[in-house]
Amino acid sequence: MAYYVIRRLIWLIVVLLFITAITYTIFFLMSPVNPAILFAGKQPTLATINEVKQEFGLNKPVGVQYLIFVRHVFFGDRYGWPGLGFSFVTRTAVLSELGPRLVITTTLVIGSAIVWLALGIPIGVISAVKQRTRLDRLTMGLAIFFVSAPVFWLGLTFLWLFWFKLGIAGGSGYFPLTQYGFFTWLNHMIMPWVVLALQEAAWYARMTRGNLIETMKEDYIRTARAKGVREIRVILRHGVRASLTPVVTMFGMDLALLFGGTIITETVFNLQGLGQWAVESVFSGDLPVILAVTLVVSFAITLANVIVDVTYVYLDPRVRIIG
Amino acid sequence: MAFIIVLVALAILAPLIARLVGHSPNELFGSMLTPLGLPKGPNAHFWFGADQAGRDVFVRTLYGARTSLTVSVVGTGAATVLGTITGSVAGYRGGWIDTVISRFTDVLLSLPLLLFAIGLASVCSVSKSGCLGGVLQPGLSLVMAIIALFTWPYMARIVRGQVIALKQRDFVEAARALGARDRRIMFIDLLPNLVAPIIVYATLTLPTNILFEASLSYLGVGVPQSTPSWGRMLSDATSGSLFTYAWWMMLYPGLFLLLTTLAFNLLGDGLRDALLPETR
Repeated sequence: MAYYVIRRLIWLIVVLLFITAITYTIFFLMSPVNPAILFAGKQPTLATINEVKQEFGLNKPVGVQYLIFVRHVFFGDRYGWPGLGFSFVTRTAVLSELGPRLVITTTLVIGSAIVWLALGIPIGVISAVKQRTRLDRLTMGLAIFFVSAPVFWLGLTFLWLFWFKLGIAGGSGYFPLTQYGFFTWLNHMIMPWVVLALQEAAWYARMTRGNLIETMKEDYIRTARAKGVREIRVILRHGVRASLTPVVTMFGMDLALLFGGTIITETVFNLQGLGQWAVESVFSGDLPVILAVTLVVSFAITLANVIVDVTYVYLDPRVRIIG
Repeated sequence: MAFIIVLVALAILAPLIARLVGHSPNELFGSMLTPLGLPKGPNAHFWFGADQAGRDVFVRTLYGARTSLTVSVVGTGAATVLGTITGSVAGYRGGWIDTVISRFTDVLLSLPLLLFAIGLASVCSVSKSGCLGGVLQPGLSLVMAIIALFTWPYMARIVRGQVIALKQRDFVEAARALGARDRRIMFIDLLPNLVAPIIVYATLTLPTNILFEASLSYLGVGVPQSTPSWGRMLSDATSGSLFTYAWWMMLYPGLFLLLTTLAFNLLGDGLRDALLPETR
């Protein structure tokens, strides 16, 4: 088991190196605009451009720059550890800005994960048990609706309805918990959570339903029933447990896709999280910030996948680790 | 299904309808703006109202269908071809080729895709000459290329699994015993068996890619400014919270987008139940 975890963690580092290399390629080599010219301001002289290149090491070959970047990530730079460099646009250390934004995105992701699991799995289970009833058709109809609904349109519609027309929920913007108290914070977070969660919840409801229907046909379910185990226990202990394993795998893979959702949700609800930061930096050509966000997000995604794979082994005894 | 036919018809006939209505998609109508410069709502001539520049939302929504369908169908098609080739090679050959392709798709699938897509789209749109030495030109084809580039791993993974399952079957063994070469086995024996899953998953990927294009355009890096797109129309509605006043700017493009993805999802589900009954 320990060997397996270590191997997965080494793989994680390989993946991160690969991802940062791709990021470098896309934003550095392919960009027709030199970041130094971008930084030097309007109508830069050749001297300023060269000075800027010197300052940020942009005069070195790209390969060397990448190696310096990797070294800074592992061993830190003058702004602390991990070394993420200096933003071309805001002219501050990337690391100092990362913290508050990470908090917002994490709050968004965790909150919506809770909402979608709490909605998706029970709805899936109930639909599977009450298969082909009116309730099943209604929930599955809603599920395919929310699978299809674009996140930004859903966000706009929610804002229009609950904030503008009904005035129940707070509008856009982030209101820190410590500064504004629990209710203001919650009131402004609830819509982003729900909007981000609905699409995922719909997928999970569909998946859970399908898996549970399959599982309930298995022989061991019949055995359990024949033993006289109460139906509710058969469903929850025997059925749901086995049918949740593919859902757990999906949870890991979804975190990668979820970041796309947070980019849009943060844009619609004007939350200053990682997603919005990344989009802003892409537009302003702020390479260090793009690299930092990509690195942090990819790290979170791959780490989550390692955790999911390990959890999987505990959840499903049929999965054995070989090697 | 009926909606898809209607939509395709509307998309194809968009220029004709525009001529009938008498409004082209980028024409500015000063009469549709209030003295304060706010757009006016739906009326007898402008069925879906006007947007912030006084353009006809109805005509733009129809042209949006054109954009959305072209980009997503071509993008999904390219991704399907690429995914089918790599997936079947990986599954059929096995060994190190399989390892390399599978690991590569694994990594691609763990990337924050939208972020990379935004990056690529914006980097390639900075200048007219595009990027990669002019291989990727800004415009519709760029968005198609991005969709293809980021969605083929899903198809590759599915096809690979199917091929691995199929190649152990007796008929492949029989073909090999008869002396058929790899290429013949792949095209004559394996490919026909792959058609059903490929069609089903391509149909199910299509709505995702429609949303992908809309998201890119919503964020302002999708199709060019002059091309009407549902995503961009919704982004116009968002700017300055205009949607709180001009609800039609949000409702109609959003509704079309939603109905389109819904229709393709339903079609995909139906095809899956019909063509792949074992996955039910």
